[in-house]
Amino acid sequence: MEDLYARLMTDVRFEEGLNACMNCGVCTGICPAAEYYNYDPRRVVDLVQTRDNNIILELLKSETIWYCGQCMSCKTRCPRGNTPGLVIMALRKVSQELGYFTESEKGRQQFAIKRTVGENILKHGYCVVSYDVDPKSHPEQGPAWEHYYNHLEDSLARVGGELNGKEGPTRKISDDVLQELKNIFEVTGGQDLYDAIEEASELKAAEMNMEFKRAGRDFEYFRHVVTADNGNHQVENEDIRREEHAARR
Amino acid sequence: MQLEGKKRIWAEYQKDIPDDHFFYVRSCIRQTFFAGSEQVFLKIMRDDLGKDVMEDPRHTTCTGIGYHGDVVPFETISTVVARHFALATEAGYKNIAISCVTSFGIYTEILETWKHFPDLLAKTRDNLFKATGREFDLPESIAHASDIIYKFRDELARKAKYQLYDITTGKPLKVVEHIGCHYAKMFPKHGIGGAEFPHVLVGMIESWGGEVIDYPERRHCCGFGFRQYLIQANRGYSISASRKKFESMEPYKPDMIVANCPGCAMFMDRWQYTIKEIDDVTYGGYKTGIPTLTYEEMAGLVMGYDPWEMGLQFHNVQALPLLRKMGIKADPDKRFLAKDGSRLPEPANLINS
Repeated sequence: MEDLYARLMTDVRFEEGLNACMNCGVCTGICPAAEYYNYDPRRVVDLVQTRDNNIILELLKSETIWYCGQCMSCKTRCPRGNTPGLVIMALRKVSQELGYFTESEKGRQQFAIKRTVGENILKHGYCVVSYDVDPKSHPEQGPAWEHYYNHLEDSLARVGGELNGKEGPTRKISDDVLQELKNIFEVTGGQDLYDAIEEASELKAAEMNMEFKRAGRDFEYFRHVVTADNGNHQVENEDIRREEHAARR
Repeated sequence: MQLEGKKRIWAEYQKDIPDDHFFYVRSCIRQTFFAGSEQVFLKIMRDDLGKDVMEDPRHTTCTGIGYHGDVVPFETISTVVARHFALATEAGYKNIAISCVTSFGIYTEILETWKHFPDLLAKTRDNLFKATGREFDLPESIAHASDIIYKFRDELARKAKYQLYDITTGKPLKVVEHIGCHYAKMFPKHGIGGAEFPHVLVGMIESWGGEVIDYPERRHCCGFGFRQYLIQANRGYSISASRKKFESMEPYKPDMIVANCPGCAMFMDRWQYTIKEIDDVTYGGYKTGIPTLTYEEMAGLVMGYDPWEMGLQFHNVQALPLLRKMGIKADPDKRFLAKDGSRLPEPANLINS
């Protein structure tokens, strides 16, 4: 087996994010993900610092490494100056490079992030674009957004913007600039990571006997990864806390 | 503690913010959801403060949501940011002003990494040249755009048309301030007041007459969590974190929430709507929500800008109660207008409408 710990050590975020951890658990105490998911960053860091490649392999295939929300509150609090959130980022990168991310329900979601945010970057020059936030897929954006989306040009004009204009907010990024971005992705390994995510996801879709398309978002595997929830991710006390608060009101 | 000691400790939490000549980089989220906020920032800087702010339409996303969504490698985002530095260098600017808190965190992370790993800086220079033929100087300063408004808060207070107090009672408005996690939790020395005592919004609120609410979950994340919002199945994480904050601030009866991070402002507005739809619960009193503003919108109200030309109507929780308290006369019927001035249908189910 490849020395996974050595591979992690080639990531500057891992090198910076993990000195000897004394297992105090302050990171878990402050962690919003640990309140919501069955997640314990202290344990993740402790498992990684065993340097046992079998243990690290299990982490790379696990649900656990996908629970962190990267708020980086752990960085502020760690008395040793460690950053479990950076350790998580290094683990996620290796999990995707080696195709292990498709072994977990939460990991498989990376395919959808690549197909949405990832492709927006190279297609439009932005991570998020207004015309891609369809209210039908985003009911949580509410009536204000639905109005804005349905009257995009009028709404933008009201605040001094122009959709796909030459300058200002939501301006069109020109083709030569997009080409510069594509070149950067080619030179720095960004495109390789996109390709690795695509390749492993296509294999997984075949294994799960699901429809897969090499472009777009309207097919079974995409819909599956954005909605699947086996019900085993959340901690139990989240619902209890909510009921307690409702009772107090 | 001696006053001198306090001053010395507090000095460690200060930050030098340039006086003029900024290269402005926009935010994917802010320009999508609150485009008026970036516009009012530029108007305040240029028209009210007379500052030189340059922006280059060749500036793109920093790729930050992709980076924290784990599909963009560090080497890639470093080179995209280096390209932005190259645009600033080519235009002769040394001070970067950043609209987005995620971007601000990324710029600080990259600059700190290059400081400790000069070989990675050299590699990035090489990558950028290979990919684009561009070269860059390191900026002399980076500031979040809220840092800059903070710096000029007293000058703005002297020019203000309105204050953050209730004109009917004469009492200060009670304001919840929310600092985006990536402003200072990762690199406290780059934020005014550090991670423990962030003063960037407190300073604005107090200079403009408001009172800051200190509540238990003041420093809790809004819950964006990148993949935790981007993926439909994970959104319970995101709403749960915001709800924890709302429940914690509710007893203090805030008049508004203000955030310096575009994502936080968006989520704390959107989740109030969602929670009302799911549980019929609101946090600003009976069937009433807490208006959630960007700091640019708050500054714009104080400076007398038209609320509807800043885009305040594009929040699910409408700011009408807040405007009434501040004495701002803004016709609700003029919120939703087409380019030709005709009225568009008003969205149903807005809160406080």
